[in-house]
Amino acid sequence: MTIYWNHFTPWSALAGGGLIGISVALLILLNGRIAGITGIIGGLFKPAKGDVAWRIAFTFGLIIAPIIWLLFGKLPEITIDANYGLLVVAGLIVGFGARLGSGCTSGHGVCGISRLSPRSIIATLAFMGTGFLTVFIARHLLG
Amino acid sequence: MKSRLSVITALLSGLIFGFGLMLAGMANPAKVLAFLDITALWDPSLALVMGGAIAVGFMAFKIAGKRTSSVLGLPMNIPTLRAIDKNLVLGALIFGIGWGLAGICPAPAFVLFGTGSIKGIVFLISMLVGMGVFELIESRHK
Repeated sequence: MTIYWNHFTPWSALAGGGLIGISVALLILLNGRIAGITGIIGGLFKPAKGDVAWRIAFTFGLIIAPIIWLLFGKLPEITIDANYGLLVVAGLIVGFGARLGSGCTSGHGVCGISRLSPRSIIATLAFMGTGFLTVFIARHLLG
Repeated sequence: MKSRLSVITALLSGLIFGFGLMLAGMANPAKVLAFLDITALWDPSLALVMGGAIAVGFMAFKIAGKRTSSVLGLPMNIPTLRAIDKNLVLGALIFGIGWGLAGICPAPAFVLFGTGSIKGIVFLISMLVGMGVFELIESRHK
C-alpha cells in the first residue's frame, strides 16, 4: 500500500464529511429521521400516509445540489469510467444489495457508525471488504 | 404546519448532503474507486470523509438519544434492531460488489443524476430497478 499523495485531498474530504455530518444532524434532530438514502428511497416503494413528502424532499435536495452549486461556481471533477453495461449491472447490484442489507454508505457507514450500532459496523466492514476486493479483482487480476 | 416545516428541513438536509458529497469528492466515481484500490497508489481521502461525517454525526446522535421527540415535535425514528442476521451481512457484501464495480453508491447516484450525466441516469435507473426487484422478492416471501 502506497499513498497517492498527489491525489490525497484531506481538507476538502474532511469539510465535505463535516457537511454530510451536519445534514445527518439536521435530519435526526429536526425530523427524527435517519439520513440513510437506501431507507429513504425504500420507504417510497411502500408509501405510508404522511411519510412520503419528506422522503421526496430529501431526495430532491440531493438532485438539485449540483444545479445550485453551478450558480456559484464550476462543478467539481466527475469521471465515470464504467461503460453502460457495467453501470447497469453495478446499479442493479447496488440497489438490491443495499435494500437486502437495510442500508448503504450513508445509513450504515455514516449514521449507523455514528450511533455505534453493531449491525452497521458489521455491514460497513462487509461492504468495504467486498468493495476493496472487487476493485482488486477488476483492476489487478482481470484488468 | 409541523409536517410542512419538516418537508423544508428534509429538503435542506438533502441539499447539504449533496453539497457535502460533491465537496468531498464522493460524487466522483473515479475518486471513490481510487479509495477502494488499496493495493495500487492509494487515495485515502474518503476515509476522512467518513471520519468527518461520523465526528459530527456522533455528537448529533448523542443529543438525539436523549430526546423523546424531535425539535419539530416529530417522533424519533432511531433503529432499535440489534440482531446481526443473514440478510444484513449478505446484502452488505452484495452492495459492496456493486459499489466496487462502478464507484457509485445510492446518495451520489442522485447527485450524478442531477448533474445531467447520462451515465449517472443509467446507473440511477438500474439501482431503482434493483431496489424494486428486492421489494418484489420480499413481498412474495410474506
